[in-house]
Amino acid sequence: MSTPLLEVSALTAGYGEVQVLWDISLKATAGELTTIVGANGAGKTTTLKAVLGSIAPWGGRVVFAGEDVTRLPAHAKAARGLVLVPEGRQLFAAMTVEENLEMGAYSKRAARTFTQHFDHVLTLFPRLAERRRQKAGTLSGGEQQMLAIGRGLMSDPQILIIDELSLGLAPVVVQQLFGTLTGLKKEGLTILLVEQNVHLAFAVSDHAYVVAEGRIFTEGRPAELAARPEIRRAYLGL
Amino acid sequence: MSAILELEGVSRNFGGLKAIDNLSFVVNEREILGLIGPNGAGKSTLFNLINGVFPPDRGRIRFRGVDITGEPPYRIAKHGLARAHQIVQPLEQMTVLENCTVGACFGRESLSRARASEVAREAAVFVGLEDRLEVAAAHLNIAGKKRLELARSLAAQASLLLLDEVLAGLNPTEVDYMIGVIRRIRERGIAILMIEHLMQAIMSLSDRVVVLNSGQKLAEGAPAEVANNPLVIEAYLGDPELAKEFRGEAR
Amino acid sequence: MTDLASTHVAQRRDSVLRRPFFWVIGVAVIVFALAPWIGNDVELRESFMLATIYVILASNLNVMIGYAGYINFGSIVFFGLGGYICVYLMAVPQWPLAAAAPAAGVIVSALALPFGLGILRLRGAYFALATIGVNEAVQAFVTNFKPWGGASGMYLSTALFKPLGGPMQALWTIYFLLVAIMGLSLYLSWGIKISKFGLGLLAIGQNEDAASVMGVPTPLYKAMAYCATAFLPAMAGGLYFFKGAFIQPSDAFDLTFSTEAIAIVMLGGQGTIAGPAIGAFFYEQLRGWLLTSETFSNFQLVAAGALLLVIVLFLPGGLMGWLYQRWPRLSRWIE
Repeated sequence: MSTPLLEVSALTAGYGEVQVLWDISLKATAGELTTIVGANGAGKTTTLKAVLGSIAPWGGRVVFAGEDVTRLPAHAKAARGLVLVPEGRQLFAAMTVEENLEMGAYSKRAARTFTQHFDHVLTLFPRLAERRRQKAGTLSGGEQQMLAIGRGLMSDPQILIIDELSLGLAPVVVQQLFGTLTGLKKEGLTILLVEQNVHLAFAVSDHAYVVAEGRIFTEGRPAELAARPEIRRAYLGL
Repeated sequence: MSAILELEGVSRNFGGLKAIDNLSFVVNEREILGLIGPNGAGKSTLFNLINGVFPPDRGRIRFRGVDITGEPPYRIAKHGLARAHQIVQPLEQMTVLENCTVGACFGRESLSRARASEVAREAAVFVGLEDRLEVAAAHLNIAGKKRLELARSLAAQASLLLLDEVLAGLNPTEVDYMIGVIRRIRERGIAILMIEHLMQAIMSLSDRVVVLNSGQKLAEGAPAEVANNPLVIEAYLGDPELAKEFRGEAR
Repeated sequence: MTDLASTHVAQRRDSVLRRPFFWVIGVAVIVFALAPWIGNDVELRESFMLATIYVILASNLNVMIGYAGYINFGSIVFFGLGGYICVYLMAVPQWPLAAAAPAAGVIVSALALPFGLGILRLRGAYFALATIGVNEAVQAFVTNFKPWGGASGMYLSTALFKPLGGPMQALWTIYFLLVAIMGLSLYLSWGIKISKFGLGLLAIGQNEDAASVMGVPTPLYKAMAYCATAFLPAMAGGLYFFKGAFIQPSDAFDLTFSTEAIAIVMLGGQGTIAGPAIGAFFYEQLRGWLLTSETFSNFQLVAAGALLLVIVLFLPGGLMGWLYQRWPRLSRWIE
């Protein structure tokens, strides 16, 4: 297996006094789509927050492209190409589609490749091109998710980390978005995806981690994992 | 077994959102009933409805046959219902013993302060806080604070405990200890309705389980039954149909 | 919300009489009463009288602030209204002091109930503002109420001092009565603190919602505290304005008085009994000094504000809190 682009080892973290992550270790290989699944409260989002620096890890290491980035603040990680598409989109509702995309290219790194990415995003999501000057808050759920991904792409990512893609979206839209993801992966983008819907996650990913109670419960190629009863155990305890 | 808590057609809206939708179930005497469901299913909201933080829009809640729908929290406590919160709420500057004394003074029985202090001490010892009786609640660690929430509820001499994620944030040793305490509470004849995300713990503790999804009851029954219920599996793991279609398209 | 200087509340079943503090209060009160009288020191009496008023206001206020955590900025309204009722009852239907003062206490407490039930639904800063509102509203009412002299106020004829043995003697009698009320205030706030009612109030002060879930009847207890702590200040107001033989709205409802009382409670150590008393004493001395000083006039208000800031930032437990930290055994004797 090729060297991982992102490697997380023995990560621990929590909020205030409460420890949520007890031991998280995972790898995202370049050019692959890796997913993290698990029940709510298991620590999926907390893992992303700790990796990205929104919350400071209590222990463990995060190595990205060979560099130890564990203690770097979030914006410094973004500048190195660790880009997050957050849960619930978190767009700038009062700004237009175009302005949101521009905000994505805020860092120096991304500003250099602005035009290239901008055209790419509008080609990838024709719906967004149609609505360039529309305020982001007035878009439909699916369009907002497209915009969120687009904004992420504007940041010139080396790895695109997506937190909960399918949440609150209609099935048809979800299909479309996952199709887009597969396409992006074929173009060489490395993706780390946190996803609620286990079946969908397995359908698109090359490698999957199952998180339960703040630990990695099991991991493997989706084809192998899907057959095992562990998945259900991770979610339902039995 | 007779029912100690009955919910009948309970509903509660927030704006346009149906947080709890026509929910009915019972908790029996001396039983541990687990309440599970994906995030946002309405579990904590349900606890708020039961212990009077806000009233339901529709439906009835009965405790030992008495209608307690919409009563304020301090009256619910007098009926014999106590709650341990998800985000612990100790009386910070008071000692462990004082915290429990408050619970005992104002709980099911209206005790004098002196008598309440004795009941409080017993409750604190029961959960293993006997070495920290004079410690201010603010100085306890998270495990201690969780035990204090439990002790306070016990001191109130409740016949039904609402436990809201009392295991969250604890390390495996502490989790095991708390599970033992919960079992001993049940042995005392106290019924328990518990919300928990630690699935292995709640499935092994519960006599029966109710599954909530989007404010509605999805399934009810013994833990093993519920875990094998395809609807429940789908609620947690997601709709398998979506993936099938996707695979079809991709091929 | 608030830090209690000490919530070390004795758990022993001892009767009150066996607790040292009971006697400490008694002795302090008697000493306070006798000190000016023995030397017939009128100046000392006047200074002490002012101090007793501060103690009465502060120790009653302490129940709302230090126990229940509700900051009553307008607590002076009890004092002022009590003053008006007592003065009026003596001036017009010619009631004796012995009837008018308690009547004032009872009426003000009774009025406090509907007001209290209304404003106690508010919390934090909103409640504090509402208490100021109550004070202003009552002041506005009295200012426009002709039977009570409106803005000009009411005078009492000195003939009213005759039943008390003439003006000179009356001043001593009033002083002793005020000292007695001070003693009652201290015993009342102490009695509340060690009772079940007090435990409930302290729980409310720590976390009102948690207290409610634990069964503390929060609306009732808050209202009871509000009314109970109106009674003695109202009587004290009656005695104070009777002594001066004159009452007007701007004096009776002066917010600076209640602000000073808050500073005193916090300076001395909120939640303790001795705190407000000692704080009142020190503050009154400080105030007296600042008033007579050449350089500063009316500076006592700036001082009160600055003191409050210092306490909140560095000494949240006040004087008693600091003392308890240095000498923990002290809390057995002085609560």
